[in-house]
Amino acid sequence: MTVMQHIWIVLGVLFVLLNIAAGLIWVERRLLALWQDRLGPNRAGPLGILIVLADTLKLFFKEDWIPPFAEKRIFIFAPAIVVASVLLSFVIIPFAPHIVVADLNIGLLFFLAMSSLGVYSIVLGGWASNNKYALLGALRGASQMIAYEVFMGLSLMGVVMLTGSFNMGAIVEAQKDLWFIVTQPVGFLVFFIAGIAETHRLPFDIPEAESELIAGYHAEYSGMKFGMFFIGEYLGITLISAMMVALFFGGWLGPSFLPPLAWFALKTFFFIGIFILLRASLPRPRYDQLIEYGWKILLPVVLANLMITGAVALWMRGS
Amino acid sequence: MQLAPSILQVLQERFRDVAFHQQTTRDAIPTFWIPATNIVTVLQFLKTDSVHAYSFLYDLCGIDERNRTKHGYTQPSDFTVVYHLFSYKQNQFVRIKVALLGEYPSLPSIASLYKNANWYEREVYDMFGIRFDGHPHLQRILMPITWSGHPLRKEHPARATEIGPYQLMHDKLDAEQEALRFKPEEWGMQQESEDSDFMFLNIGPQHPGTHGVLRIILQLDGEDIIDAVPEIGFHHRGAEKMGERQSWHTYIPYTDRVDYLGGVMNNLAYLLAVEQLAGIEVPERVKVIRVMLCELFRIASHLVWLGTFAQDVGQLSPVFYMFTDREKIFDIVEAICGGRMHPNWFRIGGVSQDLPKGWESLVRYFVAYFPPKLKEYNNMVMRNSIFKARTKGIGAYTRDEAIEWGVTGAGLRACGMNWDFRKQRPYSGYEFFDFDIPVAHNGDCYDRAVVRLEEMRQSLRIVEQCLNNMPDGNYKADHPLSTPPLKKYTMRDIETLITHFLNVTWGPVIPPGEAMSCIEATKGANSYYLVSDGSTSAYRVRIRTPSFPHMQMVPYISRGYTVADLLSILGSVDFVLADIDR
Repeated sequence: MTVMQHIWIVLGVLFVLLNIAAGLIWVERRLLALWQDRLGPNRAGPLGILIVLADTLKLFFKEDWIPPFAEKRIFIFAPAIVVASVLLSFVIIPFAPHIVVADLNIGLLFFLAMSSLGVYSIVLGGWASNNKYALLGALRGASQMIAYEVFMGLSLMGVVMLTGSFNMGAIVEAQKDLWFIVTQPVGFLVFFIAGIAETHRLPFDIPEAESELIAGYHAEYSGMKFGMFFIGEYLGITLISAMMVALFFGGWLGPSFLPPLAWFALKTFFFIGIFILLRASLPRPRYDQLIEYGWKILLPVVLANLMITGAVALWMRGS
Repeated sequence: MQLAPSILQVLQERFRDVAFHQQTTRDAIPTFWIPATNIVTVLQFLKTDSVHAYSFLYDLCGIDERNRTKHGYTQPSDFTVVYHLFSYKQNQFVRIKVALLGEYPSLPSIASLYKNANWYEREVYDMFGIRFDGHPHLQRILMPITWSGHPLRKEHPARATEIGPYQLMHDKLDAEQEALRFKPEEWGMQQESEDSDFMFLNIGPQHPGTHGVLRIILQLDGEDIIDAVPEIGFHHRGAEKMGERQSWHTYIPYTDRVDYLGGVMNNLAYLLAVEQLAGIEVPERVKVIRVMLCELFRIASHLVWLGTFAQDVGQLSPVFYMFTDREKIFDIVEAICGGRMHPNWFRIGGVSQDLPKGWESLVRYFVAYFPPKLKEYNNMVMRNSIFKARTKGIGAYTRDEAIEWGVTGAGLRACGMNWDFRKQRPYSGYEFFDFDIPVAHNGDCYDRAVVRLEEMRQSLRIVEQCLNNMPDGNYKADHPLSTPPLKKYTMRDIETLITHFLNVTWGPVIPPGEAMSCIEATKGANSYYLVSDGSTSAYRVRIRTPSFPHMQMVPYISRGYTVADLLSILGSVDFVLADIDR
């Protein structure tokens, strides 16, 4: 691959991702409306898709207000972290054969490291806002992310054992005969739950729980700084969906009447849809219930999954 | 009326040195005047006496008697404090009145006797300037702390035009802001405990979880609630004061807006009292029409509650389905009344118009349409395990606590008390309907929801019975005080024409006396206690709303839970801010 090709891939991925993140504003609102017997945004452009443009423009032109009581530098810095860390995670995602920004041999570990960084955004943003609601949101966010990070990592180790590699491309290739969803259903479920918690989407939107904390850690944010959190959230959904596809649903693999990239995109959008459907249907557990659920149920389950996978892998190798 | 002498005798027997004066009222509630000094001992006796067991302080209000023109209805008094007690055991009200003399009189507080007396006494103080000795924290409750004057005193202006234009200059703005600052010491709260500093979190008046302009200040240890102080009054519009200047007839639209989800149900509570005063017996058809619309509004109100309750615990979709169904009810209401949320459709002695042609098919459609929907909501919300985890065992109280705090309605039935004023003290013909009273036993947020969901089903049964058994007849009572009066003789003789003219221009003159209604409204027991001085408007309108004591109880049932639980509790209590503040 030439340098130019590389640059094109990087730019292409960046372009597509940011557009998807913005486009999800429309997708989410239309889908929610569909499921809630409403119309949703349907005025601007065909099917209302230009709402994306309107929303973005609005965010750009809003007064970029920094509360006088906030810790100014950290307040500005915090929203950037979430977008940066999620975008960096996309580096290792194999969208199709040879379409990957950096084919790292520690790909999965890099993803886990980057998603851990995202929590700084919430904690610092909430703390720098110097607002009680934001602080409560930040506290909740920190404990939730720390708890769910553990299961997220552990839930993926089964896949790693079966593949024998942390490289994302190798993991996808290993699913040529059988998707890992068949051999690792428990791993998938735990990863999915941890993924929702990581992106703090309903039902696990506890750091920003609207009816309790108004907007939680980003209560004081407005304008494009708020937009960053917003985009970070949609990028996060896309990231987790893409990871689920790559790790458990065969990535770009699929019947040959569609190109690999299309398969990957289709599967990813399916999971994005699931995320939105969850938001439309489930209530929000309480913060301590969520943490308890994580440590008392998910952790034993994921450890058992790991042991059984390990045992089976050893047995298969032995025979 | 048989009970009245007996309780008087018992009281006279027990308190030989106290002078009890009996008063007859239009509503036949036993009414006694007692001296202020004896109020605590007499109420204590009535509350704890096992035979009478007036364990429920139903209402406590004041009356400014200084402008009375018709004498002989009261004891010599400048201000009267009225205690309405209710005995679940006897199914009987008793009304105790205390006459007070002087410009700013005082009397002993009963806040230590009844838990819910605290806020009622603050309200009387706020509205009349009557002081209660021994009250733990006698502060204004509905009006701003900076307010001067006491609004329900007769000398206080009722209209904005009677006082100068309101200006909010910078210094006044700062002073008002400062007055709103919460000072924990005033409420006897600690800033810190041995091992932690407390956080004081201000929830509201603008907050998505408070369902209106309610402010709750939380004392938090982490996320655990140590104590809470609700601050109400942001929605206060002086509905009681307006009753003293509107005619009996033109006050009806104001009642619509008290419990703004209850619609015509508020009209009913008011009109039952007016009709008692006027001595109007309404025709059967009127009763059934009224019941049908009230029950439709009960369903509509419960739908709003269930949707917002689900939203409070994070479920975003149900509220949209339920508002859609509520629209279907409003379609019926609109076809019948012309209005939607505030139809203002009941009249003294009847309703505004007869039912329109084709109303049966609208109601019949809804009666068939709604049951499967209810089942769906039950599956969607009540059977959701996260919803259960958020509401079961949260904000629980026992039956005794509920009575002590003055809880009525679904909140009372959720803790095992089989009590519904429609069944136990039927009004407007409820005794002829066949319906059940749902009861649950844990008294927590979930059980309150269970009760309300079943109530919708029962209300639908009542609506169906109204549909199938609508009697023929007139839609208004044939009585000179029915408003506007029937015009059948006006073109024949001049006397009825004059009466009709006066009745329409001035409004009806309701004979002097006093009466209290009591209905099972959407949120609990709703009452209008009306005092007439024989004029075209009421001398005193007292609105006893269910949400007021319910809100007072919130700190008690949310202590020890978390902020997230508080939202479940607020959602399950089902209050309307206008119903609290009036």
